[in-house]
Amino acid sequence: MTELLVGTKKGLFVLEGDPSTGESFAIVTRAFAGDVVEYAIRDRRTGRYFAGVTSGFYGPRVLFTDDPAGEWQQAEGPAFPEGSETSLERIWRIEPGVADGVLYAGVAPAALFTSTDNGEHWELNEPLWKERLAGEWNPGAGGLALHSICTWPGKPDTLAVGVSAAGVWITEDGGQTWRTGYTGLVPEYMPEEQREGTNALCVHNMHRAPLRPERLFMQFHGNVYRSDDEGGSWTSIREGLPSGFGFPLVIDPADPDCAYVVPLVADVDRVTPEGKLRVHRTRDAGVTWTPLGDGLPSDEAYLTVLRQAFGSTGEGATQELYVGATSGDVWGSGDAGGHWFAAHERLAPVTSVRVA
Amino acid sequence: MAVVTLRAPLRDRAGGEANHDLPGATVGEVLRELERRHPKVTGWILDEQGRVRPHVNVFVNGERTREDGAVGEADVLQVLPSISGGYA
Repeated sequence: MTELLVGTKKGLFVLEGDPSTGESFAIVTRAFAGDVVEYAIRDRRTGRYFAGVTSGFYGPRVLFTDDPAGEWQQAEGPAFPEGSETSLERIWRIEPGVADGVLYAGVAPAALFTSTDNGEHWELNEPLWKERLAGEWNPGAGGLALHSICTWPGKPDTLAVGVSAAGVWITEDGGQTWRTGYTGLVPEYMPEEQREGTNALCVHNMHRAPLRPERLFMQFHGNVYRSDDEGGSWTSIREGLPSGFGFPLVIDPADPDCAYVVPLVADVDRVTPEGKLRVHRTRDAGVTWTPLGDGLPSDEAYLTVLRQAFGSTGEGATQELYVGATSGDVWGSGDAGGHWFAAHERLAPVTSVRVA
Repeated sequence: MAVVTLRAPLRDRAGGEANHDLPGATVGEVLRELERRHPKVTGWILDEQGRVRPHVNVFVNGERTREDGAVGEADVLQVLPSISGGYA
């Protein structure tokens, strides 16, 4: 059985089902009714569940539990230091680290928080925050967001984070110092004469290939890129896709040449092209792409899939994939996208999908 | 002492009590004292900078005010969700 954590505009839905049957998943529980659950994840090292939740009245917070149907406990933080004049707006991502007990949280306004006690207390990464204060970091349409956090297996001090719209930031000393990596990224939304050297880079999503960790895949604002040098430089791999625009990205942890994206028409029309939902997969590091759509909506389906609304578990030919749309529908595949089924329909607009 | 009145879900986070007698010369001070006595309220009414959240309204004796509003002995503070909050 697979347990799915679906964050929505109206709470967290925990679904359970068997993707090999092709039947809809059942709702096990719904938590945080009425609040936006921007992200939910289970730390597989400890079994602890985390949710980034924003009340329309009472603000954002991280909560955790060992039983999503039971009581959730509010973490201490993330919160900006008193006197900083900055308040937390949203939790974009919660990512288990490499070292025991370590987790990271990416938030808006763009900042990284670290926990060293399994998510109970969170501290601001001050050096990256100082970079943000010193630089001109501009927000994308979703705000100024640190939404991608790429750990390096076996190297707990190495981290790459993606910021919309302030590019890629890399640390190799546990977050004490940071450098940018943007050679090759082309911000086509900027005037040509202002593109060179700008950090107004709208990263939409970024993932590291764990078996070849110097490789990163990136969904950018209008392009898809690959880096083979730890994020220092980037090569466009959009050729063969119907569009370079999109938000989510998934990799196959067993295949460093494999990535999945969900293209949308363009930044001015953020829906699936030609009224068809298609997941596109590369198995040759972006040289070619294959559309996957057997079982996905293919007729008059003008859908939007948000940044964190694409999750997976497993690897290779049996990798499970789950994609959710703002229509409230979630589709799943138990065979790496070969066939799809409706995992659940008519939930609230989906903001994130992760396998527990 | 001022009296702070809360509704759900804030009431539930403040020990289940709707009314709280609390000291303080400003709305911010009174609400910080509420957080000190009931840590589960921390961050819900005031953000980490001590500002009343934008979609929460605080009324002192029926007059809407913010964190720097003056509070006197026996004043009544009502904390209510704003109609501008929530999501469609």
